[in-house]
Amino acid sequence: MTLSAHDLSVQFGNHTVMHDTGFADLQPGQLTGLIGPNAAGKSTLFRTIAGLIKPKRGTVMLGGCDLSMLSAKARLERICFMPQFFSANAALSVFDVMLMAQKQLSGWRVSEEDMAAVAEHLQAAGIGHLADAHIGELSGGQAQMVSICQALMRSSDVYLFDEPTSALDLRHQLDVLGRIRTAMRDRQSIGVVALHDLNLAARYADHLILISGGKILAEGTPSDVLSDPLIAQTYGVGIETAKGPRKELNVHAYVDETAA
Amino acid sequence: MTDISSDHATAVALLVTNYKQRTAKRFLLLLTAIGALCLMVIVDVMTGPASLSISEVLSVILNPSDATPQQKVIIWDLRLPVALMAICIGAMLGVAGAEMQTILNNPLADPFTLGLSSAAGFGAAMAITLQWSLIPGAGVFFVTGNAFAMAMLTSLALYGFTRLRGVTPEAMILVGIAMLFTFNALLALLQYGASELELAQIIFWQLGSLARASWGKVLTCGIILVVVVPYFMSQSWSLTALRMGEEKAASLGVNVSFLRLSVLAGVSLLAAVAVSFVGAVAFVGLVGPHIARIIVGEDQRGFLPLSALAGALIMSGTSIASKAITPGVIYPIGMITSLIGIPFFISLILSQRQRHWQ
Repeated sequence: MTLSAHDLSVQFGNHTVMHDTGFADLQPGQLTGLIGPNAAGKSTLFRTIAGLIKPKRGTVMLGGCDLSMLSAKARLERICFMPQFFSANAALSVFDVMLMAQKQLSGWRVSEEDMAAVAEHLQAAGIGHLADAHIGELSGGQAQMVSICQALMRSSDVYLFDEPTSALDLRHQLDVLGRIRTAMRDRQSIGVVALHDLNLAARYADHLILISGGKILAEGTPSDVLSDPLIAQTYGVGIETAKGPRKELNVHAYVDETAA
Repeated sequence: MTDISSDHATAVALLVTNYKQRTAKRFLLLLTAIGALCLMVIVDVMTGPASLSISEVLSVILNPSDATPQQKVIIWDLRLPVALMAICIGAMLGVAGAEMQTILNNPLADPFTLGLSSAAGFGAAMAITLQWSLIPGAGVFFVTGNAFAMAMLTSLALYGFTRLRGVTPEAMILVGIAMLFTFNALLALLQYGASELELAQIIFWQLGSLARASWGKVLTCGIILVVVVPYFMSQSWSLTALRMGEEKAASLGVNVSFLRLSVLAGVSLLAAVAVSFVGAVAFVGLVGPHIARIIVGEDQRGFLPLSALAGALIMSGTSIASKAITPGVIYPIGMITSLIGIPFFISLILSQRQRHWQ
């Protein structure tokens, strides 16, 4: 089963934010990094795939099935979307929030299995100690970890994470991306992560998509996309790649004084 | 390695146990509140000009056939409808307030936020001063009928507006506030032209009273609660999810617009009936849900029932206080809810461990 998009156009009022764009088949078990500058259309693309925005034209195909044929609910069961922000002022405990994802919003009864699954996920994500805390009491990073844990709680064919590491410290960034990548491999699901940090994208993604101004400009392996001159042009910086001490791809960006 | 995995299993088991304990505590709390409510009803029936002992009350309620005709009249015809009406209205306002705060994502929302109570007040004043009836054939209930009709019309107008402008909390609140001022102005206009007697009637209606209770009204309230509350309960997870933000809820598969509108319809029905039966009782719908939130949090499986119970307890307490403060005088309930409720509410705010609304 693969995920692909063809000729997507999205309009907000008279304003076109996505121009007849698409991406080729994303493979199961792989993690794709979605990179691009601010306001490139990363969140819009995610929300269109998840079906929260209706595109004016174009299709999103998942394993030969046109996703627009599915009901909103059925679509969101196959595609798990983690939005970038969630308001964290509600008087809900972390455990309650996780149960919400586990129960898929239906059924009052909470079984032993439900509780065990939630506890297992919290503990595995290293946030077991937060189970009783209200989400309003969490720090930005903790809230983000809960949100990621909640998304991974669900079993879907496609996972879309909108900047899952924006509030995390160095250690947790690596932890979280590692866990997402492992989860995609184990479940043979299609994972897409929007990232701002190109070094993280280079290290954790199997595949990269570069988007800017509502158009997908390049896709391919990290080394191909990151060495493409387009990327420097898109971000408006000079970019050099090099091999790091452990053979990982390192991205170095320089503001080009002469170009400005 | 075995150490780590057994540590992990212990930690997981501990999390489950903790959660079970919290669930059990929540359940116990609900039972306690139900027990307290039963007690309040009995005390409510005991209180009044002809005081009755608890044994008399219980025996008349449980064995009506053994009671003297006088006791039967006092308890079955006069006091029991008032006592039951108090808890029904309290529960309706508590539930309506809880869901209004949830769908509007606003801690200051109550069942009357969207101008429902001023619409109802205007409807009642229209009946009192102009003798107009919006519901043909309402007969002696035409004041109540008008209040109800105006409140429902207001929420229909609001619904129409959201069709044009999108179902966002901001749009709903702003239009609601506009409605509130419109109806207040119209009400003032009617009051300006009213005679002294009519003016007194309007004011008395607005202050709120349980004295208009009857078995028919208790039954009506009961039926509405039985219809609306199970619907809200069935939407528990979706409503809980909505508290995490619209986009998060939508990404979990909640149809946010439909949920907001259907819950608004339920809330309007609850609030319109409550306000048309007993007048504009402020505070219960605002504070009942806050009490519930402080005690059990916002998981709707605990929040919804406890909001209803908290509302019912406040109203029942009000009913008792309105009769007990000065023997022989029944004070309007609208004043009492605020006067006895506010000190209690402030003490709760000061003692809570954190702020849930920022």
